[in-house]
Amino acid sequence: MSSIKIELRKEDVDKINEICDSFDNEPLELINILHKTQEHFGYLPAEIQEATASKLNIPVAQVYGVVTFYSFFTMTPRGRHPISICMGTACYVRGAEKVLDEFKKELAIQVGQTTADGKFSLSSLRCVGACGLAPVVLIGEKTYGRVAPDDVQDILKEYQ
Amino acid sequence: MHLLVCGGTSCRASESALIAESLKRELEEKGLGNEVQVVMTGCFGLCEKGPVVKVMPDNTFYVQVRPEDAAAIVAEHVIKGKPVQRLLYVNPSNGEHVSGSGQMGSFRKQIRIALRNCGFINPENIDEYIAREGYAAIGKCVTEYTAADVIGIIKKSGLRGRGGAGFPTGLKWEIASKNQSYQKYVVCNADEGDPGAFMDRSVLEGDPHSVLEAMAICGYAIGASKGLIYIRAEYPLAIKRLKIAITQAREYGLLGNNILGSDFSFDIDLRYGAGAFVCGEETALIHSMEGMRGEPTNKPPFPAESGFMGKPSNVNNVETFASVPVIINKGWEWFSSIGTEKSKGTKVFALAGKINNVGLIEVPMGITLREIIFEIGGGIKNGKRFKAVQTGGPSGGCLTEHHLDTPIDFDNLVAAGSMMGSGGMIVMDEDDCMVSIAKFFLEFTVEESCGKCAPCRIGNKRIYELLTHITKGNGTLADLDRLRNMCNVIKDTSLCGLGQTSPNPVLSTMDNFMDEYIAHVTDKRCPAGSCRDLMKYTIIEEKCVGCTACARGCPVNAISGERKELHFIDQKKCIKCGACFERCKFSAVLIN
Repeated sequence: MSSIKIELRKEDVDKINEICDSFDNEPLELINILHKTQEHFGYLPAEIQEATASKLNIPVAQVYGVVTFYSFFTMTPRGRHPISICMGTACYVRGAEKVLDEFKKELAIQVGQTTADGKFSLSSLRCVGACGLAPVVLIGEKTYGRVAPDDVQDILKEYQ
Repeated sequence: MHLLVCGGTSCRASESALIAESLKRELEEKGLGNEVQVVMTGCFGLCEKGPVVKVMPDNTFYVQVRPEDAAAIVAEHVIKGKPVQRLLYVNPSNGEHVSGSGQMGSFRKQIRIALRNCGFINPENIDEYIAREGYAAIGKCVTEYTAADVIGIIKKSGLRGRGGAGFPTGLKWEIASKNQSYQKYVVCNADEGDPGAFMDRSVLEGDPHSVLEAMAICGYAIGASKGLIYIRAEYPLAIKRLKIAITQAREYGLLGNNILGSDFSFDIDLRYGAGAFVCGEETALIHSMEGMRGEPTNKPPFPAESGFMGKPSNVNNVETFASVPVIINKGWEWFSSIGTEKSKGTKVFALAGKINNVGLIEVPMGITLREIIFEIGGGIKNGKRFKAVQTGGPSGGCLTEHHLDTPIDFDNLVAAGSMMGSGGMIVMDEDDCMVSIAKFFLEFTVEESCGKCAPCRIGNKRIYELLTHITKGNGTLADLDRLRNMCNVIKDTSLCGLGQTSPNPVLSTMDNFMDEYIAHVTDKRCPAGSCRDLMKYTIIEEKCVGCTACARGCPVNAISGERKELHFIDQKKCIKCGACFERCKFSAVLIN
């Protein structure tokens, strides 16, 4: 499933079981369970999926199918400062693609990747609904509006 | 006196919460903390000029306010009663300051039904909703009307689904009510995935109770006791406000058992999406709510017969629900007096792209595109020429100059080769290449196709490849025929609404801008000057003053020339980034 191998500690398994229990181990709640799990662990590697499946008593394939279907779930850890560039139509026509290219160049990573030091990860998303500020970039919780390619270096400096 | 600070996502991103805090602090310092209230509201709709602060009851509208402006607003306006001139909205056509929202072009011509409370009430306080006739409609329903009466009113009002296809809402409710089951569900589709459309989010953030009330009314009409809101996880603020609203409504006995002392019981839970556009399709949405992959299934059976957990379910979109309580309160006659013959009421549009007033507007059906773009929207940014507007997002098409005076309603848009969709309107100017726009939408569809049926999964990918081919200057005239042919096949054979409409952006740009496609394949030229691989930058001898701005800005040192002398671009080195074009103040860089 994924190339990263991790060893789940007992407290990790306990946490997964606790989350599943809080939803009565109901497979119907799988998406909500995965939301909570990802919130806690930051990502959903194979081992976590296996533990979740066994607790809910459903095939791992079903969990894997859901994790890979929805773009919100990720199997690789995100950077400490996840960067998301809005590629919604409004941002696109106001030049989001050039901003994205600039981030790729500055960080030397592609969309979906994390920098070697684990600091930044890059993703594109579709419309955060702040079209008045297009093009929009999100870093963690912070929103940057009307970003031009020239601003990219300065924005990244804030996280040095 | 009230100071209303916009707490919508766009304004919040520009620190509107800080503005509210600064205002409160200033008022405290001046000893006015008890007399003047600062309220964080939902979206005002003028996102372009955010953050927005409105002073009531004077109805003064301040735009692009910064936290440090709080002192001036309190000292000048609140204490001396004089509006702060420099923060007023400037009319783009004559440069005059305008104080009240009533005088602003962007608010005239608007009729607010679904957005009636957005920007007026504190969405986290149920009392403010109740003060504006909130929960009066559900009260009327459970005490005065039978379920059949409610369905009758909605049918006669002519309300059609605001989510895209425009299915008559009353009819949908009637079908769900006729299916017998001990358990039925009311589902609110708040999975607003159409990029560039944000009306549902604004309603949920600005007026969550109106949706809860309408869902209860629907539950009463169809005989359901359970409501579910399927909302995108990307909308944290809307989720937070919905949770607050549900808790408050339960405390007031407006949700839960025996609502308002009647024998009608209804409660609402939230379900989270996880980022999949196809989940806006109702069967896919239902599968996603059941914890599975959000893949659509064939209809029939329709959700009204077999939906969530195999039980009859009625799925409506946020904006549709938000219109319901008003219809009950004011009567179907009033609602159906607005709009056109077959499309009643109003529609919320999210205006975005190359337009002066980006934001949310609610207008009567039948308004023309010209009124929306040039009067409400304030015209095209930077005085450029209007080229097209994309409606209906990735499922819709573009409308051009020829359609400027067509009254906008469900049927006219379909006749023009587009669709209403959820109401996103992306305005494009002369710099936008229509082939690239079509490619952009196809890239979206390829990414969002769930992969269940072959036409959508494979066909759209092939279309995307052909469009890429064309924008790189490798296309032929035969490719254009192939493109159109493939679009028609995908439309006819895809399983769900996503695939059936995904070729629309291509077909509609081909219908309206065939000359651009032909220029790309025969002349290897992009008329809008946006396709990078087809561009050649040169410097016009007569215009170049030798300021060196272009040479200094060139990332690959492709531009040579001494100060005050003609500059020259080395075509072999040029990566066509456009930096020289943007930097030249003398329009001396030519793109061809």
